[in-house]
Amino acid sequence: MSRSTPLRGVHESLGATLTDFAGWQMPLRYGSESAEHNAVRTAAGLFDLSHMGEIFVVGAQAGEALDHALVGHLSVLAPGRARYTMIVNETGGILDDLIVYRLDEDQYMVVANASNYALVAREIADRVLGYDARVTDRSDEYALVAVQGPRSAEILAPLTDVALDELKYYAIVPGVVAGAPVLIARTGYTGEDGFELFVLNEHAVPLWSALTEAGRDAGLVPAGLSARDTLRLEAGMPLYGNELSAAITPFDAGLGRVVRFDKPGGFVGRAALERVAANETTRRLVGLVARGRRVPRHGYPVTRDGAVVGEVTSGAPSQSLGRPIAMAYVDEDALDKGGLTVDIRGSQEPVDVVELPFYRRSK
Amino acid sequence: MSTIPDDLSYTKEHEWVAGVEDGLTVTVGITAYAAEQLGDVVYVEVHPEVGATVTAGDAIGEVESTKSVSDIFAPVGGEIVEINTAVVETPALVNSDPYGDGWLFRVRVEEQPDDLLSAAEYTALTSGES
Repeated sequence: MSRSTPLRGVHESLGATLTDFAGWQMPLRYGSESAEHNAVRTAAGLFDLSHMGEIFVVGAQAGEALDHALVGHLSVLAPGRARYTMIVNETGGILDDLIVYRLDEDQYMVVANASNYALVAREIADRVLGYDARVTDRSDEYALVAVQGPRSAEILAPLTDVALDELKYYAIVPGVVAGAPVLIARTGYTGEDGFELFVLNEHAVPLWSALTEAGRDAGLVPAGLSARDTLRLEAGMPLYGNELSAAITPFDAGLGRVVRFDKPGGFVGRAALERVAANETTRRLVGLVARGRRVPRHGYPVTRDGAVVGEVTSGAPSQSLGRPIAMAYVDEDALDKGGLTVDIRGSQEPVDVVELPFYRRSK
Repeated sequence: MSTIPDDLSYTKEHEWVAGVEDGLTVTVGITAYAAEQLGDVVYVEVHPEVGATVTAGDAIGEVESTKSVSDIFAPVGGEIVEINTAVVETPALVNSDPYGDGWLFRVRVEEQPDDLLSAAEYTALTSGES
């Protein structure tokens, strides 16, 4: 049985194509996903991300508890700031990638992916037993609306009492937006400036309407999960289920920097990750740009002289580059030799290896 | 709601076929319903060269959108007499004008199709899927 966000009626009235995503009926696109993608790059887009999970960890030892439960060093995070981190299992495999917000001295909000948050909430609750910290999964109470794109701040500013120019990237502050109490975070998954607005379900529809109205002249458009996926891919951001899984460690994914061995105390997965960190990886996550127009997609083999040397994890036509792009895990020695191809439905199509991200916004 | 013109024939693979009644040369494209399902089309290829002979039911090309790739099938057998180079250059024509400038190829019919759908039958098919 598929679940709906509080904004489903709004999406239907906008003529959205809905799709099942992790058990939720979510807007895939409202019209042209390319136009939505370009609007976020040049003006702004409005996203319903209410399928994401919000897990609150509260108590005098909430920071220490998260230090033990996750790979990051969250107890040193300043109140009002956010950090990208992960939760791994005992063998170092990634259970989810997360953004952790420190709301105040003894209160954190962990934002997890729709497909994983129930597991993440259970795991964190198990791992923090014995700490003065209480774990509450409030995903069912919270909606999440994101405004993303270079004109986001000018659209949001007139609706809120919060001074947005004082809100840094990866920071969060409670405020009022269009009359509703909102946690305003300067975070996102598009490679652009923007805001994620955590709000109780009952306020989601009026908040969406107010933002739609406020953004009309600035070119704000509703944007679906299809645009979200191509935006994050251009920005080189991993997606759980594609680049990340329980079979992959943070080091395999080139994200070893999120693992903080220098924090005090042990954490779940530490011993396994120390072994992984001590070894050279044999495969690496890289960016690929296709020379032709056919698109490398999730699961396609990366090949070299007819031999399989890797696998595509995500791929799409790139609006910003005008060519198909992909992320892929590829064997190190094949990367050294070059001459890579992707097996696109039986045809070996040449690709070039590039540094990630594919797209970086101009400051 | 996508449109389904009365004067065309259709296939279960969501292609339309025009000119079936005179039995000579037919034009083939993708229905508006299929274009909406695909999303923005970014790449169209018809594999055979002009002059090649195709058999009804053959996968003879592909159409890629942001999210997916699908086969193009030959709805009738015969000789490929024209491929729409405009749609190869500008695949978005499939979305903007699926029954007009977004046509894909023309076939001189040698093998009469017997399993094409009428507009009414195709409407029933798509209302069952959506």
